[in-house]
Amino acid sequence: MANKQIIKERRLQDDAWKVVNLVDGVAPFDVCLPVGPLLVPVSVWNAKKACLIAREYEHGTPLGIWLSPEDDVAEIAKDVDDFTVIAVHFPKFADGRGYSTARLLRERYGYDGELRAFGDIGRDQIFFLNRVGFDSFVLGEGKSAEEALTAFNDFPETYQAGADQPEPLFRRRTA
Amino acid sequence: MYQYDDYDHAIVQARVAQFRGQTERYLAGELSDDEFRPLRLQNGLYIQRHGPMLRLAVPYGLLSAKQLRKFADIARRYDRGFGHFTTRHNLQLNWVKLPDVPEILAELAQDELHAIQTSGNCIRNVTTDHFAGVAADEIADPRPWAEILRQWSSFHPEFAYLPRKFKVAISGATQDRAAIQVHDLGLQVVRNDAGEIGFKVYAGGGLGRTPLLGQVVREFLPWQHLLTYTEALVRVFNRYGRRDNAYKARIKILVKALGREEFAKQVDAEWSHLKNGPSTLTTTEVARVSAQFAAPEYETLAPDDLCHLGHLREDKAFARWVERNVHAHKIAGYASVTLSLKKPGAAPGDASSEQMEAAAELAERYSFGEIRVSHEQNLILADVPQRELYTVWHRAKAAGLASPTVGLLQDLIACPGGDFCGLANARSLPIAAAIQERFEDLDYQHDIGELELNISGCMNSCGHHHLGAIGILGVDKNGEEWYQVTVGGRQGNAARIGEVIGRAFAAAEVPDAVERLIGAYLAHRHVDERFIDTYDRIGEEVFRNAAYLPKPAHPHQTRKVANG
Repeated sequence: MANKQIIKERRLQDDAWKVVNLVDGVAPFDVCLPVGPLLVPVSVWNAKKACLIAREYEHGTPLGIWLSPEDDVAEIAKDVDDFTVIAVHFPKFADGRGYSTARLLRERYGYDGELRAFGDIGRDQIFFLNRVGFDSFVLGEGKSAEEALTAFNDFPETYQAGADQPEPLFRRRTA
Repeated sequence: MYQYDDYDHAIVQARVAQFRGQTERYLAGELSDDEFRPLRLQNGLYIQRHGPMLRLAVPYGLLSAKQLRKFADIARRYDRGFGHFTTRHNLQLNWVKLPDVPEILAELAQDELHAIQTSGNCIRNVTTDHFAGVAADEIADPRPWAEILRQWSSFHPEFAYLPRKFKVAISGATQDRAAIQVHDLGLQVVRNDAGEIGFKVYAGGGLGRTPLLGQVVREFLPWQHLLTYTEALVRVFNRYGRRDNAYKARIKILVKALGREEFAKQVDAEWSHLKNGPSTLTTTEVARVSAQFAAPEYETLAPDDLCHLGHLREDKAFARWVERNVHAHKIAGYASVTLSLKKPGAAPGDASSEQMEAAAELAERYSFGEIRVSHEQNLILADVPQRELYTVWHRAKAAGLASPTVGLLQDLIACPGGDFCGLANARSLPIAAAIQERFEDLDYQHDIGELELNISGCMNSCGHHHLGAIGILGVDKNGEEWYQVTVGGRQGNAARIGEVIGRAFAAAEVPDAVERLIGAYLAHRHVDERFIDTYDRIGEEVFRNAAYLPKPAHPHQTRKVANG
């Protein structure tokens, strides 16, 4: 897993974050935490918050969390400043709940750290994902990251406000 | 009408380039069918019975003559020389080739046309009243608001992968001609006591498998908040709409499950964070867009043109056309004209390239160069001087656009059905044709009077069968086409879902059943009562009983096994 490359800040970068999954039958507080920076599910965060924070405090291991489409982002609203990375999982690219999650994190809960999209995403989702506030991307199996890098420039202008553009076009049109 | 500026052009052209790339990658095998599907759908491209179907957008039903000529040209060069106008103002081409689509879109973009979000689980084309701007009962012109919504919803980054499609309709008049209560989001322009513009908001309407009327979730939404409120509402849908079952994924199911009050409460909670944010509309923007829908330069005309009155007296066929196809206009001496796309032998809503060009020419000569598409699948010339009506009628007749049957039986609504559509369970067009033939006699039709008959080839209800006074729904029974009949549906302010009268009919029985229903109406009607009025007065049972009378109306017709 180490040294895999992801898209971050519109270029390919090495990445060391690992995704911790909750295996069926394992209680969140029983999950064993490998070394290194981790993205943990919300349930694990809730169950092992003290332990995770201690890892950061004592070893400098940064904190990360990942949200599924079902997770209510309001549940971690108070904690967002603790995280270096918040990741949002897209089990199927056609499930668009994560787009709302991202906007809520950025606009409502003021999260300004790395916001990562991962799962079944590819070149054709990047433009909108970027617009709602994602700034790093782990593409689905077999997807070309080089190709995906071109997607940031799909549209030269946008009608709506977004993470990349605080004002909607109608406030910027020159008379 | 709205003219693109450099921003609009750049955005639409970027979309063309994006889709060109996606199509190339699909054809090169780099994108799977599943990956390509939502991308092509959001560009209006279906894979249908005969290959791709391309649905071109007609935003809020408004076209310039030049744009209609472009449609004609595209249909001629890339299709078989005709297109199908739908109940949501769009134009469908049934025979395009997939590799041609990027080029078609590029050509359309030159004339400010596109196929953006005409399908897919996103916010679809906003529809409105085909008499917008000219209706006497108008509170305010809905088109500027429709255009503002069009821009906001185009490539909205948060809402490209909703649980299901999301359709918005807006009415600016006291009589709803946009079917707003059967849309996911229905907006009624209203004024408050201070005279300020706002919207009464309906949510959760829709036809399909579970037909439901929209519920009022806000009585008065001040115009400034149109986008922030809509964004809050669609966000609630995006987050909480069902995704486990496509048949239960529309917002109507969510509104029904939560209840109107709870749904409205959740939207309000979301809205409280967005309200007064950057997407709050400005007077500058509303003025900029509204200016583009300013009234044309009308002449000052007498309310009644003497020549016109003379023609009315002397030419019965003309008078009949005027009675059905010419509509009152708010400006003295002007009228609106329906160019009918209904006649026996042609699919309802179909127009040939020649007809589109003829309609474009009529618009250029007599109606300030603009055409509307109505949700009844006809074309409208909104601003015709009364003195020109006789000429317009002759020219429309020559082009096969003058069936004097607007609102009558022949003006029925039908989706393309199983002849074209991959979703259909049964064919719509042969049923439409059989009914039109049965009632071809114009005197009989005029005697029957106003009657909305709507046909859908499947539960998706593109033909709005639930809203027809008589509705016909194609169903599949063990590989055979059968047709379920509903009675008593109506559109407009008192919108209502029709009642199923009983067992389904075989295809060959449908005209008989319709004739018996009409027979029941004729036997019971009072003077000046329309079919729907008689139904309201005497109820469903009379019609139900009549429809299943054992005696066939036309004994010479043998019953054929459908779907043969």
